[in-house]
Amino acid sequence: MEIIKLDNVSFFYKAYNDDGTVGSATGVENVSLSIEEGTFCALVGHNGCGKSTLAKLLNGLLLPTKGTVTVNGLETSKKENIFEIRKNIGMVFQNPDNQMVASIVEEDVAFGPENLGVPQPEIVERVYGALEQVGMSEYAKRSPHKLSGGQKQRIAIAGALAIRPKVLVLDESTAMLDPLGRREVLDVAHKLNEQGMTVILITHFMEEVLDCDKVVVMNGGHVIKTGTPNEIFDDEQLLSDVGLNAPRAVQLAKKLSNFGFAVTENQSDAGALGGEVCQELTKN
Amino acid sequence: MLRDVTFGQYYPADSFVHKLDARVKLVLTLLFMVGIFFVVSFMGFAFITVYLLTVILVSRVPLKSVLKSIKGIIFLLLLTSILNVFFTKGDDPALALVYLKVTDRWTIEIYKEGLIFAAKMLLRLTYLVIGSSILTLTTTPVDLTHAVESLLKPLRIIHFPVHEFALIMSLTLSFIPSLIEETDRIIRAQKARGADFDTGGLVKRAKAFVPILIPLLVGGFRRAEELANAMNSRCYEGATKRTQMRVMKLSWRDLVATLFALVFMAAIFVLYGMRGQWGALDFLNWLYF
Repeated sequence: MEIIKLDNVSFFYKAYNDDGTVGSATGVENVSLSIEEGTFCALVGHNGCGKSTLAKLLNGLLLPTKGTVTVNGLETSKKENIFEIRKNIGMVFQNPDNQMVASIVEEDVAFGPENLGVPQPEIVERVYGALEQVGMSEYAKRSPHKLSGGQKQRIAIAGALAIRPKVLVLDESTAMLDPLGRREVLDVAHKLNEQGMTVILITHFMEEVLDCDKVVVMNGGHVIKTGTPNEIFDDEQLLSDVGLNAPRAVQLAKKLSNFGFAVTENQSDAGALGGEVCQELTKN
Repeated sequence: MLRDVTFGQYYPADSFVHKLDARVKLVLTLLFMVGIFFVVSFMGFAFITVYLLTVILVSRVPLKSVLKSIKGIIFLLLLTSILNVFFTKGDDPALALVYLKVTDRWTIEIYKEGLIFAAKMLLRLTYLVIGSSILTLTTTPVDLTHAVESLLKPLRIIHFPVHEFALIMSLTLSFIPSLIEETDRIIRAQKARGADFDTGGLVKRAKAFVPILIPLLVGGFRRAEELANAMNSRCYEGATKRTQMRVMKLSWRDLVATLFALVFMAAIFVLYGMRGQWGALDFLNWLYF
């Protein structure tokens, strides 16, 4: 069943020209997309390609200028649907510091369920359940600003989870993190996906795309290709058009197999690739 | 540079005072602040001293940390008491301790009354600051916010936005560390480009802060927008039908503390009310020195 459906969606920002007149700038244009429940979907593209605009269209932070966005059968353009839609979509943004509402971890995570009007004992249950899911239970009473970037983002994810959404949208949530923090956040996202959560990962790191079910490539406000990671990595023309690179390991594996090395083409795991190369070398 | 600035002065410890309900502490502190203005005699100050020392002892906050809170206003304290020494005139110029005629119209007079009044003023202000800092030393800002929200609840009847008020307080608190970090970053960035914050006169230094304030302000707006988006995404719709995770419960400790404070305050009010009315026990008026 498709949980998110975008039908010919366009969104234009108001832009102020140098002469003071008001024009418009394209956020996204004529995007049609559907995402099945339970998939791990990556949205990639360069800065300004419209991927964050698309994320904000999903939960009604922005409303489409043209077309419709439907979440779990509800249209975002109808005002009475917004609350229900936001209950279904958990959003995590780029800067962890700017999405913390409280100065104690557990109170920050509780913000969502408190807004929903969940009774007190259930809030506690949801907060500790969510913290458990992201592996941050022991930090419940701590102050978030003393945690690392990856830990803060996991708290933000817990805050989204406490609402019990069907979809988790990570809007460049890894962009400001160090490699370790990125790994932590991705591991949590994949674990949640295994438990049935639909995950939409917005990123410009191609390494993060590797284990996804579906990749959507955006450029200049348009969706220009949708496919599995391998289909995207194989399309070298497309990648160079939008200025993205396949992950290093994939690039290397491709080059090696072009030279006649018997390595799995599209091998994405650097360690496994190393093993294959060693095996190949010892054979001769 | 600014990294060391800690907000508030919470002193973490596991004491009786720390465990008290923040609402009780807030109310008792307010009562204390009112009460201190009814202390008119040195005997009363002796009472208050015993009271404060007991509270500090029970709170397990080192006396040094408590006294630190006076440091910031020591100038104000000294100024007020010095002015009081010079401007309190006694009844009889003949009894003046110091009588200096500078010109025909201007004399410097110091009276015993002035010294006593100044000493009492100094004590009163010092105790006021110490009393309120015990509250902030033993209560986290978060707890204080919750206490304020809970205590202001009755104001909802007159449509005072209690929840919004408390939310603004708690958002401010949670943003202070990151704002400090950002200020620090901007200062370093401006220094790297040759900005000079440490030399020159007052005006020049003040001007040097403009290039810090502007990016900070712009950043503040950006943050506010991102935060608003994050809050909306988490189903924020104002106070309607909102519930709260934190439950505040009164315990036996709160009762004990309240009784203790009330006994002392009652003593102070009695002492104040009985001035010159001891009748047969007239000799007790020495209490009012």
